Amino acid sequence: MKRTILAAVGLSVSISLHIQAAVAINGSGATFPAPLYMRWASDFKKSTPGVTVNYQGIGSGAGVKQFIDGITDFGASDVAMKDEEILQAQQNVVMIPATAGSIVLAYNLPGIQSGLKLTRAAYIGILLGDIKTWNDAIIAKANPGVNLPNIPITVVARADGSGTTAAFTGHCAEVSSEFSAKIGAGKSVTWPVGLAGKGNDGVTALIKSTQGAIGYIEYSFAANNKLTIADLQNQAGNFIAPSIQSAATTLSAVRLPANLRAFILDPKGANDYPIVTFTWLLMKKNYIDSAKVAALKSFVAYGLTKGQALAPQLGYVPLPADVVTMAQASLATVN
Amino acid sequence: MKSITAGPESPLAQKCRFRPELFRALCWLAAVLTIALLAFILGEILYKAWPAIHRYGLGFITGIQWSPNREVFGVLPVLIGTAASSLLALIVALPLGLSMAIFLSEDFLPASIRHATRFVLELLAAIPSVVYGLWGIFVVVPLVQDYGGAFSQWWLQKTGTLIPVYGNSLLTASLVLALMVLPTITAISRNALVAVPPTLREGSYALGATRWETVFGVILPTASPSIVASAILAFGRAMGETMAVAMLIGNSQRLSWSLLAPSNTLSALLANQFAEADGIQVSALMYAAALLVVMTLGVNVLGEAVLRHTQRSIVGLQ
Repeated sequence: MKRTILAAVGLSVSISLHIQAAVAINGSGATFPAPLYMRWASDFKKSTPGVTVNYQGIGSGAGVKQFIDGITDFGASDVAMKDEEILQAQQNVVMIPATAGSIVLAYNLPGIQSGLKLTRAAYIGILLGDIKTWNDAIIAKANPGVNLPNIPITVVARADGSGTTAAFTGHCAEVSSEFSAKIGAGKSVTWPVGLAGKGNDGVTALIKSTQGAIGYIEYSFAANNKLTIADLQNQAGNFIAPSIQSAATTLSAVRLPANLRAFILDPKGANDYPIVTFTWLLMKKNYIDSAKVAALKSFVAYGLTKGQALAPQLGYVPLPADVVTMAQASLATVN
Repeated sequence: MKSITAGPESPLAQKCRFRPELFRALCWLAAVLTIALLAFILGEILYKAWPAIHRYGLGFITGIQWSPNREVFGVLPVLIGTAASSLLALIVALPLGLSMAIFLSEDFLPASIRHATRFVLELLAAIPSVVYGLWGIFVVVPLVQDYGGAFSQWWLQKTGTLIPVYGNSLLTASLVLALMVLPTITAISRNALVAVPPTLREGSYALGATRWETVFGVILPTASPSIVASAILAFGRAMGETMAVAMLIGNSQRLSWSLLAPSNTLSALLANQFAEADGIQVSALMYAAALLVVMTLGVNVLGEAVLRHTQRSIVGLQ
């Protein structure tokens, strides 16, 4: 009896060990691209059985920390890595843009459709708390013919630190010196007015439940939850509606440096949507485990080619062709 | 006298000979480990918080600006939010809990119904915090928005000042917190009321007091130290509550006197900001965590001390 139990245990252990001989790659980081990466992982597993890619969306900062500490094989960050962090990782870092997204201002105004035009003065004034009601003259001037109600504006921001806040405040600080002085840019800032919610989903929920609310969220969240979104004025003075196309237009004019890290704070094109950001995958230049490197490289290569086609349906912006070429060249340096 | 001798010892009896010492040693180990774990947690938090303590000192506790991007940290609005939400929760929950405790300790209804009610009340304590938060979002937030809006309109007409009304505000969080600490207050108060010696009750009736005179004149005063202890423990519980508060309180770092304005608590601040924090912000959050731990431990120790003191005083009455 004891011998049969022992044999059964030995058999199951050897079977599970055999299954674990397949390659498992672990990554963690930003929550914004998490749905896309997980979709890539599941599709990649179907095409390449034996390779499992696990991704956890725990936040850009935590993802970078885990990557530097060697806990994960790759990281993901909406704000790439700072120079100090690259030094901490002993320069053994390759940053590869994987996809991009745009940040929109979504609002909850009964009877008002998508496409409310907000000038720079308007949205900066709203965020600073200078414009307190929706029928303020500054907003009304750009929207003749729209019946703006006389309800107070409730600004909804992010309570947690995030790459979305970093990108959004980076843009606002670039276009307004008053914003830069009073609030500044960063992953976590203090807002002079309004509420805050946790995560893009928290902010979305608050906007949906509060009349007169306006908040900044990623485009995919606004689209999936059918929120009304504003047309923002870009540097050229045109009001651009957020969409995959307008974000792609912005990206097409970007020239990335050698390390592929660039933040588009205030694009100059006539049809550029003003707030678009890349999000990066972080990999080491030199890995020790060669089996993992091959699997990881083929996963990222999959993401840069077939994976880009999946991006629009999930609400992400596909990378322009020249960025893909540069990314693939960078990927080739990983070994 | 011939002594009773047992036969040769069985193997089991030989093993049992060392059991009492082994058991005693294990108990000591468990006790020491528990205390060591608490000390370790506190020590680790203080160690990680040291850079912030060194850099900001007491200005951290009195500062009103929390701007991680500028490395300016001050938790006064958050401390006030923590204390205010817990206090308000207590003010709402204490009369309610006490009434329920009186109801459950007197024999207004048959014992079976009383037992069922006690069970349902304990189920309230078993509901997860995040479920309270979700319920609060769908039920309490619209209520506060509607009634708060009506109050704000009336106040505007009466005094001419406009009070901005937010659904996610200090009031919402406090109401849901009150619901969460209600089982604690009711359970401990009920135990205290039931533990009052029957001789006191009979003596009161014998002197001609009515039921209500007995309850308010004799039973409640006798049980009052335990009831105070239950209030203190509930206060400690409310201070540490995280998920429900983070979902309902509006997470704003501004100091405001209005109950209908968003606020923040230490636990919600930590839950929201910890994942993405780096550098000095981690230390600042650890400093805030140390403050929260000290506050909660202090309140719990106080509650426990009062409870223990009152149990001694009641024993003397029997």
